[in-house]
Amino acid sequence: MTALLEVDNITLRFGGVTAINDVSFDVQPEELFAIIGPNGAGKTSIFNTLSQVYRPQEGTIRFEGESIMGLRPDKVAELGIARTFQNIELFPQMNVIDNLLTGRHIRMNGSIFDGAIWLGKAKKEELENRRKVEDIIDFLEIEQWRKHPVALLPYGFQKRVELGRALAMEPKLLLLDEPVAGMNLEETEDMARFILDIKRELNIPMIMVEHDMGLVMDIADRVMVLDFGERIAMGTPDQVQANPDVIAAYLGSEFA
Amino acid sequence: MFLRPNLYTSYEQEIQILPTYTKKVLAAIAIIVLLLIPFDVPLLTAATDLPVLRNIPIISNGIPPLRFLGDNNWLRVLDQALIFGIAALGLNILTGVAGQVSLGHAFFMGVGAYTGAVLGGVASSSVWGWNLPIWIWLPGAGVGAALVGIIVSPVAVRLRGLYLAIVTLGLVFVGIHMSNTTWGKHIAGDPGLGRDFPTYDIQIWKEQPPLISIDEDGKWFGFLDVTDNQKKYLFLAVLFLFFILLAKNVARTRTGRALQAIRDRDIAAEVMGVPEFKYKLIAFATSSFFAGVAGALFASFAGKLPASQFSLALSVEFIAILLIGGVGTVSGTVMGTFFVVLIPKFVESFTDWLADKTEGTGVGAKLAEVVISTGPGNQGPVSSATQTPGYPLNVFDWNLVLYGVLIIVFLIFEPLGLYGIWIKIRNYWKRWPFSY
Repeated sequence: MTALLEVDNITLRFGGVTAINDVSFDVQPEELFAIIGPNGAGKTSIFNTLSQVYRPQEGTIRFEGESIMGLRPDKVAELGIARTFQNIELFPQMNVIDNLLTGRHIRMNGSIFDGAIWLGKAKKEELENRRKVEDIIDFLEIEQWRKHPVALLPYGFQKRVELGRALAMEPKLLLLDEPVAGMNLEETEDMARFILDIKRELNIPMIMVEHDMGLVMDIADRVMVLDFGERIAMGTPDQVQANPDVIAAYLGSEFA
Repeated sequence: MFLRPNLYTSYEQEIQILPTYTKKVLAAIAIIVLLLIPFDVPLLTAATDLPVLRNIPIISNGIPPLRFLGDNNWLRVLDQALIFGIAALGLNILTGVAGQVSLGHAFFMGVGAYTGAVLGGVASSSVWGWNLPIWIWLPGAGVGAALVGIIVSPVAVRLRGLYLAIVTLGLVFVGIHMSNTTWGKHIAGDPGLGRDFPTYDIQIWKEQPPLISIDEDGKWFGFLDVTDNQKKYLFLAVLFLFFILLAKNVARTRTGRALQAIRDRDIAAEVMGVPEFKYKLIAFATSSFFAGVAGALFASFAGKLPASQFSLALSVEFIAILLIGGVGTVSGTVMGTFFVVLIPKFVESFTDWLADKTEGTGVGAKLAEVVISTGPGNQGPVSSATQTPGYPLNVFDWNLVLYGVLIIVFLIFEPLGLYGIWIKIRNYWKRWPFSY
């Protein structure tokens, strides 16, 4: 089976700082791949290179066999890579439905002229996509917040809406940046359930960056560990937990 | 059942512009009033002749919502409000929906005005003009302005916030300067007097008798006398309603959401698949199209206009309309337009009334004298004359002061503008009697 995403030897520098140093990994179809590492290890930077917000100086990234290097972020999104953000980046003045419909942007194609005329194409498209969005609202159990501006939503629900916005894009690969950051146990369990549902029901492969080790070790298929921009381990959760380099990075070398 | 919104039973029902009965009825009433305003209603007109009311100048001059206007000077102010409304809806797409602050709206209005003038105007020894009919020059004015907007936007798209405001501010001065060049004078006419603009008459082709004459008095259905002013008003009102519909449709569909996404979080918008450059360009083009059409209508309505009229003060007036009405909403923009355009007329009426008061005696006259300065010896801050070298500010200048004060007050106390106030009132009554 060929890999869905192949990252070969990417290096990203900001001036003299090397944020990612010669990192390689691959994601298989239907896999839940986790990236962990201490703060500043370069996890979010990897996400930003995958969505081409940052351009790595060296290495290649191939998605479904095609290089995505140098593409604009919106072109990467059109190829089918969707993501959420560590600090929620929803559109705060829009309501939940409009946020999710914005996620449908790449799956719609009405121009401004179609929109201005309204009758015909735009109306049909709005109705079709509204139905798809309602499926996602139903899936994520956020029915009661439909018409609320997202800025007024509780934090946990904002995270859920952001996940929904990424799902609305019907992605082939979903990048989750700290999906349970700052959540209590119940909220974390809810989110874990959604992530597993996405994997099993929607069959969308995911890359997850997360600090909640319990969650990562429970649900991830494979884990990559980063430290200071370098890959120090990769394997199943059990293999990674036993790796002396990983223990040294998290707990100090005297525990390794 | 009737007073409370019914439950929506289909998405089609929910995504209508006016989804509830109440909204439909209110909108229908508003449209009927809008279209009836220019006609005399004999009973109401007679009522204002009652001795009690006749002596109050504001009433005898006519108050727009309380009395149908017939053909009087208030109608011209409303005409201007309708034209400015179209331009403001355009700026709302750029500044309100897409979040790009532009002080160059007057420039795009100017571009539209002169594109329209060259396409539809009459040529003379000093100015160009092709004398084409309105169905070419009016859309042409919009398209011309949109093209200039597209040419300018690559520079503007790279900037945001204050920097964009400064760049677009520069456009206004570039525009006025260009109208003074040799070829600019062929388009804009004499810098002091301006040129003649085409009329609203709807023709099939040039030099044919107009299909629908708007510039002359006429008789409708054999009995209804209509003056050219009333016809102009109706023509503009229909266009205004049309552009409201366009603006609303653009804002609520795919393009509108993409623009809002860029306004709220530009990086997240790109990662969602919204190309920032393309959509900022679309925002500039659309906004300029609205401005261009409004500019051509404005020039034609004014008849003769120097290019210096498309100045920074005009741009600021549109910023005031958006901020006072409510940024980003179509209904807020409409409210803001009528508010801002009608203020000067009310201020003028009020000053006239105070100036009359100073002639009299008693406490009222003394109070009026504190405010109004009628001649060199008086100390009031408002002058009743328009030309006042060396004397206090005249009514005209006080309008600008008033815009400034209102912008500050609204930004601090009600950032959602008149629209926000309306929402508060509506929510109060929705929950009444449990509104606490």
